[in-house]
Amino acid sequence: MSARETILAGIMANQPLSQDLPIIDVSAVIQYDSNLSQFKTVLESIGGKAIDISGWFELQNMVQDDLAAGKRVVNAIAEIASIDPALASLEATELATVQRAYLKGGIAVAENGSIWLDETAMVNRLLPFIAEHLVIVIEAKNIVATMHHAYQQVSSFDTGFGMFLAGPSKTADIEQSLVIGAHGARSLLVCIIP
Amino acid sequence: MSSQANFTHAEAAEQFIADEPRTDWHDDTLWFVREKRDKAANSLPEWEQLRQWASDIKYHGLSNMHQLLVDFEKNAIANGIQVHWAVDGKEHNEIIYKIIQDNQVQRIVKSKSMLTEECHLNEFLTEKGVEIVDTDLGERIVQFRKEAPSHIVLPAIHLKKQDVSETFHKHLGTEKGNNDPQYLTEAARGHLRDKFIASELAITGVNFAIAETGGFVVCTNEGNADMGAHAAKIHIACMGFEKIIPKAEHLGVFLRLLARSATGQPITTYSSHFSKPRAGQQMHIVIVDNGRSRQLGRESFRNSLKCIRCAACFNTCPVYRRSGGHSYHTAVAGPIGSILNPNLDMQANKDLPFASTLCGSCSNVCPVKINIHEQLYLWRQEITKEGMAAKGKTFAMWGMSEVLAHPAIYRMAGKMGRWVVKHLPFLTNNGMNPWFKQREMPEAPKESFRDWYLNNKQK
Ligand code: SF4
Repeated sequence: MSARETILAGIMANQPLSQDLPIIDVSAVIQYDSNLSQFKTVLESIGGKAIDISGWFELQNMVQDDLAAGKRVVNAIAEIASIDPALASLEATELATVQRAYLKGGIAVAENGSIWLDETAMVNRLLPFIAEHLVIVIEAKNIVATMHHAYQQVSSFDTGFGMFLAGPSKTADIEQSLVIGAHGARSLLVCIIP
Repeated sequence: MSSQANFTHAEAAEQFIADEPRTDWHDDTLWFVREKRDKAANSLPEWEQLRQWASDIKYHGLSNMHQLLVDFEKNAIANGIQVHWAVDGKEHNEIIYKIIQDNQVQRIVKSKSMLTEECHLNEFLTEKGVEIVDTDLGERIVQFRKEAPSHIVLPAIHLKKQDVSETFHKHLGTEKGNNDPQYLTEAARGHLRDKFIASELAITGVNFAIAETGGFVVCTNEGNADMGAHAAKIHIACMGFEKIIPKAEHLGVFLRLLARSATGQPITTYSSHFSKPRAGQQMHIVIVDNGRSRQLGRESFRNSLKCIRCAACFNTCPVYRRSGGHSYHTAVAGPIGSILNPNLDMQANKDLPFASTLCGSCSNVCPVKINIHEQLYLWRQEITKEGMAAKGKTFAMWGMSEVLAHPAIYRMAGKMGRWVVKHLPFLTNNGMNPWFKQREMPEAPKESFRDWYLNNKQK
């Protein structure tokens, strides 16, 4: 018997009688007076920063400032500038020096300050991890209360990769002292469009 | 495969507590994490409901495991993922070694995976001349020191910053005596970035595998799993089969519980959902049994397979906090390890179910509601039945099982116990009672909780 058959046969012989799945009643979970303010509060508590912006032009200005300061920035937001067609296939060695990446997030979650980014939004899977700093724009109307609400909208995984990103990378592996900027981004700025 | 420790938990714990200030520090540090967990749990009015949902989803998963695995495999293959099956740790290691050889790769990074620890993958590959770089900061620290992780979420929790500083000075050339965590983390970041960028193959664990989509989710705070997986041209994800959950929407329940239970964070920084390899990449999943199907058949212990490895039971456990992870001499320490490891090898791990006060705190914090302390008690009975328990334990155990089986005797024994502690302290404070080692017996309360409750109810 192959390993697969052995394992599956062992499981078949040993699994208990089937028990139904529970019904997840989303109306029974926490609600916030304002998803927007809850999102901001939590994001700050996990090391991120939130600002309100009035339109895409503000992001264009930020990119211009970065470029003027000689920074290597990568833009993955079609609304502010065209996206470099080569970005999707850049390798780690080519992305290693990216100082700031601009990305557009999807659903955001008030209870934990996270933002859903799928592969379309990242353009290159490595980009949101390897960039030294991240700027992510979200729309206020896309902030939902909890993860249950979020999965009602992101349950399809057609793009091959996606993630909830919550704040900058961090570690507390040395004596439980929190250090921001472990292997991923050192900072996360979330720009919220009304 | 199991560890062949030549010491018992009690012996190792005795060594650990010999350094009293360090033991206190370890105890306090973990208690601090436990308190953060409490705060996070209390912030959600539906916390208990969430735990029940999680427990029920997991039970549904265990009771439909065969079908869910078949579905998962089918969907994963349709997504372009190669699926492998391993009966035990040895097969798991050989599958990985074969992928390494077939692709002629040398530069390998690995993020945290307790399964690869359980299978002793690093040792296996080192013997074959293959070097793996652990990329989780805590794991890298213990790897440099040739130690095992002492905690499943906080691998280097047994070390102080001075220890890390010395280790990094030796291996990374950091300044001698610079103990600043920020500085040390920065040094590791630079060192590991080079490894990520050069890596050809990345190994990760799996937190949840979704039958409905054929994808899997990996949670980290550092971003190391993703740095490896998206930089390397080959990604191997390793999972025990119990990581399966039926549907993507169930992630809503588990991701709300996992980080809150583990560290008190509302969610980990990265919750990465992998479902297809990127263009030109190979993605493999190794599904491992290694005793799990046997545990599934043990009615008393099957619920231990619900575990999502949050380590809340470690952080709350008075024995873990004051004995350290290494005294459990297994990859997964703590209360849940003491249930899982006797299934892997009862003889080698017969001491572990006794490394508990049965206080029940573990069961109270467990996000999937595993009856941990009850299972520990049941393992003691099994082990004693097999004639494996240490002599002193057998005597106490016999008393315990009789007493717990009969509530009236239990209450009487409690009354007698309080009387004995009060009037004949030498009977409990002597060398015969192993509980007296390293501690003063507490003063006996004047009345038990039950007597107090009954008295006050009447008042
Ligand atoms: S047994 Fe429960 S508390 Fe312990 S690690 Fe597993 S899920 Fe967490």
